[in-house]
Amino acid sequence: MSSMTTTIVQLAYLAASLLFILGLAAMNRTETARRGVRLAEAGMLLAVVGTLLHHDIVEYQWIAIAVVIGAAIGTAMALYIPTVKMPERIALSHAFGGLAVALVGVAELLRHGAALDELALTAVGLEVFLGAITFTGSLVAFGKLQGMLPGRPIVWPLQTAGNLLGVVAAAALIAWLVAAPASSPPPAVTIGLVVLALGAILGVTLVVPVGGADMPVVICLLNAYAGLAASATGFALGNNVLIICGALDGGSGVILGVMMSRAMNRSFRDVLFGASKAGAAAPTKAQTSTSLAAAAAVATLDDAADVLRGASSVIIVPGYGMAVSQAQHAVRDLAAALAANGATVRYAIHPVAGRMPGHMNVLLAEANVPYDQLHDLDDINDDFEATDVALVIGANDVVNPAARTSPSSPIYGMPVLAVEKARATIVFKRSFDPGFAGVENELFTLPSTMMVLGDAKKSLAGLVGQLRGADEARKAA
Amino acid sequence: MSVTTIMGLYVFALALIVGWRVISHVPHLLHTPLMSATNAISGISLVGSLVAAGSGHGGVTTLLGAIAVCAATINVVGGFLITDRMLKMFRRRPEVVR
Repeated sequence: MSSMTTTIVQLAYLAASLLFILGLAAMNRTETARRGVRLAEAGMLLAVVGTLLHHDIVEYQWIAIAVVIGAAIGTAMALYIPTVKMPERIALSHAFGGLAVALVGVAELLRHGAALDELALTAVGLEVFLGAITFTGSLVAFGKLQGMLPGRPIVWPLQTAGNLLGVVAAAALIAWLVAAPASSPPPAVTIGLVVLALGAILGVTLVVPVGGADMPVVICLLNAYAGLAASATGFALGNNVLIICGALDGGSGVILGVMMSRAMNRSFRDVLFGASKAGAAAPTKAQTSTSLAAAAAVATLDDAADVLRGASSVIIVPGYGMAVSQAQHAVRDLAAALAANGATVRYAIHPVAGRMPGHMNVLLAEANVPYDQLHDLDDINDDFEATDVALVIGANDVVNPAARTSPSSPIYGMPVLAVEKARATIVFKRSFDPGFAGVENELFTLPSTMMVLGDAKKSLAGLVGQLRGADEARKAA
Repeated sequence: MSVTTIMGLYVFALALIVGWRVISHVPHLLHTPLMSATNAISGISLVGSLVAAGSGHGGVTTLLGAIAVCAATINVVGGFLITDRMLKMFRRRPEVVR
């Protein structure tokens, strides 16, 4: 009977693993993506029901209470968190994932202690360590995104050395956990708790130095840690579905992180340990913004409307500023007004625009922009030359020509959108303050560039009013 | 190393390769939904949490397990719901509103 149940549980796990992989595979096209989510949901249901049949589970009341509370919180978060807060939600969910895994690891040590075999102890050690890093690291990332912690990089002496020392110490502790005989003090749980504490501290010291603009890579990295921690749990429990899901999640985090770093022409290592470089560049900030203000052509909404009325092709380049001012609906309205005027309107999406992979796409989808108007960097970058107007909305580093022209620039080599090649460029920007990295942007001072300062949402709404007004006046005449 | 360990490493390595191939084919457009979907899937740590919470080991183990179950359930339920909510917004043609 018991072996029969085990077989059923294992078959349920196998089916669940296949459903997860098929579900992710269906996310390669927009048309099939929702079906993919259905498949993955079915997989999760199978895995959970299968586990509840497991002979190790003898009492259900705490499980029931925890599931009800978790489901209520999860549903509320899914329904009420606005789309602009998506990076924050992802960061929080990485924190929950890390917490769950770390606690399961500690519980394993409490249940079996040093009676676990060597591999299981190694896996539990890694699980607790990675889970704790993911938990506190994601909370710091959340705090930075939410503005509760300063978004700029925070640096201190011997930062990198300290972090490396922490990693080495954790490795030594895990080795001790594995090697110490079961009978000798301290008990395995105590060592596990020290590893947990060390991981929690490292999570903070690894993410605090990272600047806001590097957030997309950090979010991917935390995603990878969460996945690897889940895989470690799988090794500790001898559970294949956990190993597989952890590998899928971890792999996805690494792939997205590599894509993001490539789009910024930086390596993982640079993002993690490069904060001091960006910090050193920051003092020139005040000086930069005054000289910039003198050289740039500040335009009024009337000027911008005049240029746009004559445009037959427009490319819109959104950035993090669009998310901050929640201007995605105003952007869509402006695009509609331009289209009504006979212009073709497209969007150019840089991979690292915003604070997480795909951030701009989701915001524009929310504003009802059809996705066939959204174009990747490589697809659209050659089209700026034949374009009348490029509209830059709250983007900075991703349109900085210095990345192509100035080898001394900190962002040299990063692939950027060539907005300056359009006949005219209109930049919507809150102020002349440079971005987090403190990098000067010569785009703002080019003769073909107009700067419209102020809140993007208000500026865009004003422009829409002017364009529609002109439209109606023409109809009346 | 035991046979179970070796089998576990097989599974891990193959899942990494499959995952790499599958995820590389997801377009930039869908990267945010992809992240929240993999996040929901990694809520599979619920499976481990259930064992910790329901093993009848009592006291601290059950408490830690229950907190883990709660955290993992938030990710599973919230992750799938929000992924679907996002994917619903992606349309080829604009919806006729107003």
